[in-house]
Amino acid sequence: MSKTSRTSITMPAQAKKGAIIEIRAIAQHDMESGFRYTEGGKSIPREIIRVFTCSYNNTEIFKADFYPGIGANPLIIFTTIATESGMLEFKWVGDDGYEANNQARITVT
Amino acid sequence: MNLSKKINRRQWLRCLQQISILAVGACLSPLTVFAKKEEADSAIKEITGGAVIKDGRVTLVIPPLVENGNLVVLNVRVDSPMTENDYVKVIHVIAEGNPLPNIFAAYLTPRSGTANITTRVRLADSQRVWAIAQMNDGSFWQGYAETLVTLSACTEMV
Repeated sequence: MSKTSRTSITMPAQAKKGAIIEIRAIAQHDMESGFRYTEGGKSIPREIIRVFTCSYNNTEIFKADFYPGIGANPLIIFTTIATESGMLEFKWVGDDGYEANNQARITVT
Repeated sequence: MNLSKKINRRQWLRCLQQISILAVGACLSPLTVFAKKEEADSAIKEITGGAVIKDGRVTLVIPPLVENGNLVVLNVRVDSPMTENDYVKVIHVIAEGNPLPNIFAAYLTPRSGTANITTRVRLADSQRVWAIAQMNDGSFWQGYAETLVTLSACTEMV
């Protein structure tokens, strides 16, 4: 697994003030569980994304801890209230120095 | 006389059949699940610190029958107004039958608007999956869902 990978965010670009918006965040990652073996019987070491955080204009609004029970290419769908126009930043941090970032802009009217 | 003997024999056979069905059922029921359940219980205890967990408010949705345990869509909802004074702090999801019971923990704030999380998880076995929510006042609530998994995740070879 490389130190970073592709990520994708799906959320509305515009919203009314106070509306609840849905955010879908997906990262490309194998999420190697550490419970699998090769045909030779060697255990494959664990390599997963550990933490996902979302901040809205530099305030952390959502965080999730991932364990090996999360499937490959972790997708997480959550909600937030559109409070003001600005930038949402997403960050994935994992084993072996993995780090991925993404951001999305929102206009609140 | 002859007839009654025949009925007896038939009844006896039927009885035997029922017993054998029971015996087969007992063999098939995954006894290992009970061992795993303790692991899940200790994971839950670690989260709650031994506090009382009340039933309700938490709805966990997973398909009742899963063909492939590698990617199972899981949705968890908590009934909460999500205001400054009353909101969900953390949602933990624990699978009894997985080699590592913890699946994920989601940390919410009043700015979340709703407590509704969807993700895709791995399930190693047919099992019961628990969702435990901690409110801002420190109380714990739980909900669960059961599922049948025909192709297990985690243990397959590469």
